[in-house]
Parts: sequence; structure tokens; C-alpha cells
Amino acid sequence: MAQLDTGGGKAEKGGKVRSKKQSASVDLTAMVDLAFLLITFFMLTTSLSKPQSMDLAMPDKGDEKVIDDIMISEDRTMNIILGPDDKIKMYMGQLASPKEGPIDLNYSKESLRKEILKKIKSVPLATRSTKYPNGEDLIVLIKASEKSTYKNLVDVLDEIAITKVKIYVIVDILKQEDQLFEG
Amino acid sequence: MAKVKMSKKASAIDMTAMCDVSFLLLTFFILTATAKQPEIVPVETPASTVQVKLPDTDLAIITIADGGKVFFGVKAADVRIRTLELISSEYNLSFTEDEKKRFSLMEEFGVPVNQLNGLIKLSSSDRNKEGRQGGIPHDSTDNQLTSWVKAARNANAEVNKEQLNFAIKGDAKEQYPEIKKIIDILQDQKVNKFNLVTGLRGE
Repeated sequence: MAQLDTGGGKAEKGGKVRSKKQSASVDLTAMVDLAFLLITFFMLTTSLSKPQSMDLAMPDKGDEKVIDDIMISEDRTMNIILGPDDKIKMYMGQLASPKEGPIDLNYSKESLRKEILKKIKSVPLATRSTKYPNGEDLIVLIKASEKSTYKNLVDVLDEIAITKVKIYVIVDILKQEDQLFEG
Repeated sequence: MAKVKMSKKASAIDMTAMCDVSFLLLTFFILTATAKQPEIVPVETPASTVQVKLPDTDLAIITIADGGKVFFGVKAADVRIRTLELISSEYNLSFTEDEKKRFSLMEEFGVPVNQLNGLIKLSSSDRNKEGRQGGIPHDSTDNQLTSWVKAARNANAEVNKEQLNFAIKGDAKEQYPEIKKIIDILQDQKVNKFNLVTGLRGE
């Protein structure tokens, strides 16, 4: 059985005589059993981690006034199109006359993230002007097609969060962009 | 004759340390954990690397799972009651005090307003049976989700004097248009900022 030897050590200093304590031994096996039973119970019935949450801000729909005449350089916009079966396509600028692409990407670290990081570096260089001597920041447009899943969207938003893109927006997909996946 | 005695080994182990450890763990689990709530439908949330936790208060969760079925739930029980009162006046339904109380204990629900009475009567295990709740209608002909969102926002403003936050908890396999519908419903009411509930994963 479990022993608790609480008896005094060797001869005490100063020659004091201590009465020898009785060893107090308690059988703790049952108590340990009970404790582990409770631990198991609590582990199974509770959820430890609170779910994570990703903040998403959408632009106001603002039906009152339409501000459509803001011109944005084609060099700044990176279009990420989420297609069916976990496919992604990316192009720069406008679809009719893309500055680059459309190219196929996938959700892996080496593909999409690398591409975004590349653009974060290259876009300010390409958009240098007298007004903005340091160039302008990248704008990412996320366009999810009808057949893409919610997971695809979250994955892309996650890549955006990891690469710290400052300006991004989820917009409706154009018909022509949807057709990219058909061919 | 000389007897050979077998010296018995002590079969006891000192349990003190083990006892200490196990109770320490027990204390830890009791203090950190929150009770698991039964889910109507299993939702597998997509993973992300964000570390931000979902807020605890002033929160309403819209769950989308099982092929576009929508479920709605408000965190605070007193807000739930007020939401039900607002809905009942909008749809000309009446609920007794007992029914309101039972409703306030429901974490989530997903039935059309006219089936709400029947749902409240059920026991919680019957309520969460698979297929019992078919989702809240949210198409253009019968947009009850909009009413719920509006009622919950008003209720939270009355009870807690705070803005209600909305979290979207979607299953990873849901199609994007289903999510888009919900986002549109929220945006039509000028809710432009919401939380997407995700699981955790490494970078």
C-alpha cells in the first residue's frame, strides 16, 4: 500500500529528542480511479477549444448613390476565380485584355500564396507614378463561381490573411470568367 | 527441514503523485472547458489559420449545412425570448410563457415559423433527430430568415443595448451560392461585417 514515511530524519541538531511520528499511509488507489473517471467524463462531454472566427467585411451595397467612376489601374487588380472541383484561375487586369494570365493555380502554399506574394512585391513597382512615387497597393478581387464551395472561399480568404493583402473584395463572377472553366 | 521462504515483493505503488496529477488535470478540465451543445446537423467547418476566437456575447449564428438548410440561433437566452415575441407579433402567432421559456433553451432551430409551436413541444432529443428540422425558408417568396435577423437585432438592441454580431457557420462542402444568399440577406439589412466560423489549422 501507499506509504507515507513522515518519520524524522537522523539525529537532530542540538540534541533535541523528537518523538517518532507514526507513518500515515492512506490507500489512494480508489481516489485515483475516481479522479481519472471524472477526467474522462469531462474530456468527453465538453468542448475545449472555442471555434475560430474570421472577420469578413463586405462593401456596403449602397443603393442610394452609385460611385462607379473611380478609375483603378489595371496593373493593380489581381482576379482570383474560384472554379468547380477546387480549381483556381488567376489573371491580372481585365479579362478582355489581361496583363497576365489567365493561369491555373491550386490551393497549395507553393501556388496561390507564392503568386499573391509575388504580386504584392511587383504591383507597387509597376504602378509607380508622379502622384504615387512608391507605387500603389495590390487589389485582390475574389470571384467565386456557382460551383465553388464554401471551403474554397475560406481557403482563399485565409491565404489573403496570411499574405496580409490590404485591399481585397469578394465580387460577383462574370459570365465570361465562369466560361474559363468550361474549355 | 529448512523451509525456503519466498520473500514477497510489495505489490503497492505510491499513488500520491499520481493522485496529485490526476486531480490537477481534473481541475484544469473543469475550469477551461465549456459544455458541449448538441447540434441539429453535423457541421464540418472549413479550417483557417486565424487565431481570433468567436465572441461570446451579442452573437447570432446562422448555420448553413446539409445542402443549403439554414438554422438560426442567438446566444443569449433573454434575447431569444424577445426575438420570439417580435416574431410572434409579426406573424400573428401566440406563444405561452411556458413555450417562450422552452424556446429560450433552444440553442438553434431550423423550421418555418408555422411549425415552431410543434417544435417547441418536443423534447430536446426528439428535436435534434435527423431530418426533423428542415431549415428556415429564405428564398424570395418566403423570406423568414430576414424576419428572424431583423427581430434578433431589435431584440438585442432592446435587451443588451448592443449591436448584434452575426456569425456564419457554413459546412465546408456547401456550394458558394448558398452562402452568398445568406450574405445578401444580411447585407440587405446593412449588416456588412460578419464572422465566418472556422476550425483551426497550421499555416
